Amino acid sequence: MALEKITQVKGTAVYVPGNDIDTDRIIPARFMKCVTFDGLGEYLFYDVRKDEEGNDKDHPLNDERFQSASILITNANFGCGSSREHAPQALYRYGFRAVIAESFADIFFGNCTTLGMPCVVAGADEVRALAAAVEQDPAAEVIIDVAGSRVLCSGMDFSVEIVPAAYEALISGQWDPIAELQEGDAAVAERISALGYLPG
Amino acid sequence: MLPLRFFCAPLAACANLPSRETMGQNLFEKVWDAHAVRSLSNGQTQLLIGTHLIHEVTSPQAFGMLRDLGSKVKYPSRTFATVDHIVPTDQRVEPFSDPLADAMIRELRRNADEFGITYFDLATGKQGIVHVVGPEQGITQPGTTIACGDSHTATHGAFGAIAFGIGTTQVRDVLATQTMALGKLKVRRINVEGNLSAGVYAKDVILHIIAKLGAKGGIGYAYEYGGSLLESFSMEERMTICNMSIEGGARCGYVNPDEKTFEYLKGRPYSPEGVEWEKAVERWQSMASDEDCRYDDVVDIRAEDIAPTVTWGVSPDQAFSINGHLPDPEKATSEAERLSIDESLAYMKLAAGSAIKGTKVDVAFLGSCTNGRLSDFREVARFLKGHKVANGVKAIAVPGSQIVDTLARNEGLHEVFTEAGFEWRGAGCSMCLAMNPDKLVGDQLCASSSNRNFKGRQGSPTGRTVLMSPVMVAAAAVSGVISDAREVFELEGALT
Repeated sequence: MALEKITQVKGTAVYVPGNDIDTDRIIPARFMKCVTFDGLGEYLFYDVRKDEEGNDKDHPLNDERFQSASILITNANFGCGSSREHAPQALYRYGFRAVIAESFADIFFGNCTTLGMPCVVAGADEVRALAAAVEQDPAAEVIIDVAGSRVLCSGMDFSVEIVPAAYEALISGQWDPIAELQEGDAAVAERISALGYLPG
Repeated sequence: MLPLRFFCAPLAACANLPSRETMGQNLFEKVWDAHAVRSLSNGQTQLLIGTHLIHEVTSPQAFGMLRDLGSKVKYPSRTFATVDHIVPTDQRVEPFSDPLADAMIRELRRNADEFGITYFDLATGKQGIVHVVGPEQGITQPGTTIACGDSHTATHGAFGAIAFGIGTTQVRDVLATQTMALGKLKVRRINVEGNLSAGVYAKDVILHIIAKLGAKGGIGYAYEYGGSLLESFSMEERMTICNMSIEGGARCGYVNPDEKTFEYLKGRPYSPEGVEWEKAVERWQSMASDEDCRYDDVVDIRAEDIAPTVTWGVSPDQAFSINGHLPDPEKATSEAERLSIDESLAYMKLAAGSAIKGTKVDVAFLGSCTNGRLSDFREVARFLKGHKVANGVKAIAVPGSQIVDTLARNEGLHEVFTEAGFEWRGAGCSMCLAMNPDKLVGDQLCASSSNRNFKGRQGSPTGRTVLMSPVMVAAAAVSGVISDAREVFELEGALT
């Protein structure tokens, strides 16, 4: 399966502040009553974006200046909590193509990478400066140079960390591992018989 | 008993590490090596998954992707399904009143049927929360790899399995290949030594660990829990500990297998029998961490330092002793901490500096994959007799599986609960995450034996959750306010 080589993501960005933003906040569980991921984008951050009557609350995603944002900027431990892929799927289907944060929760990070949505780690000072730049000029283009592990925006240029395995997978266009896993079928059968505890 | 004394030193402290060949391995490394198929082009490992558990929420899309690939389930005998998140705990007759929930159970049934997967459906009498069903059926076994599209999969680590919570695309990977792509984790050994005082339980221990190490402290790690307290714990207590590893940021958590593990598994439906049993026990013993193994980090905790613990905020690491006072944002050591305390107190409608004890409770929830097992209900029942749920409190007790329900009923436990004013419900995830009719309303405050206190977690966007042990939930239910169970049930007197 030939996938796109994700060497760069560019677009405008929005800053959603907060540490420990969990997957229940990204997509409340009641919207997971579905058998496909279609339409999940609509419910992204629902309970912090909408009041009980469904009217907009004060939230960066409701700010008309950031309606076209495709890069999310946030703080530490983003995506903690549940393993639900509904969270990255909701971000992706809403229109996000990358996340810049101070750190990510493990399972969420892996789920995003598998969708070809880079999660890059920046220092707290860089996140603060980038958020300020985007706030000042919402139309400013943010470039995530995945291949060069850098972020550029409004004259800023700083390095970011990308987990090596994710880096390799993204830039080589192998972020969905299924093809390579299936190529290993014979080796899997061998491992099963060597282990002895699994009925083949 | 296996000798469970470990020589452990943080990697950084070892200037002259013996060569790999002469050094023992920890359980994580042994299980990883035994299940590693090959290296992938991005540097990750293709890891064989011995047992795959699925449920209705995170599997339907994976089966859809599998169909798109034109693939079949590669080893259908290694996947087991149950239905838990969306099942109503009161009206359990199909069709369910919620058409979305009804579509999900039908989809799971269709997928299990089409691909030849064992499915513990409602009619089998074996349905329940996936992390209760696996151990109870003997499907969860030491020294194996387990994956499930649910972050509380670490629960199975109580048996010395390496158990990963995974996303839906990975569920597809496991269905299609019985493997997934993964980077190796570091291992942190958490020693808990000593004895718990009366009224302090496994739940308090894990809440204490998370508060100490932080909600992101475990990122990149597997947690190995050990020490004399863990050795003294029953399998169900060990499950409570491992269950909440992810709340501490750790993707897996485990306890080394010992005689208690084997005794628990003996005679279960999927446990090996006869000669196979002897061979299995030998293999399981060999997978336990070696005495001379190394860890990437070691943390020591004294059991005596642990009090009945409750959360006060909207992240599981915002927890303290029941006698604690709410933090003051003005005394925070950083701007981020100040904002976080402010946000949490505002959401919880609690005042800085005040005691949490005495806060009015609207709902008491007893259940979940953390604390919905037989021993949880037995322990609460010991103290609940002669007490009544306070006026204005809705109290529900939800067994983690149909088997837990049956065993509890056989002992008459359900009567103790219903006589006290609890509703005794059918098995499921219930109010832990509110994908079923059990939900908070408005800003109700729930004393909950579940695992997450995130904003909106229990179904109302403004609902408030205070996590605690089952006995503390019972104390809150009968007193109508967050209470110290040791006082409500005169525990110290009863147990010393």
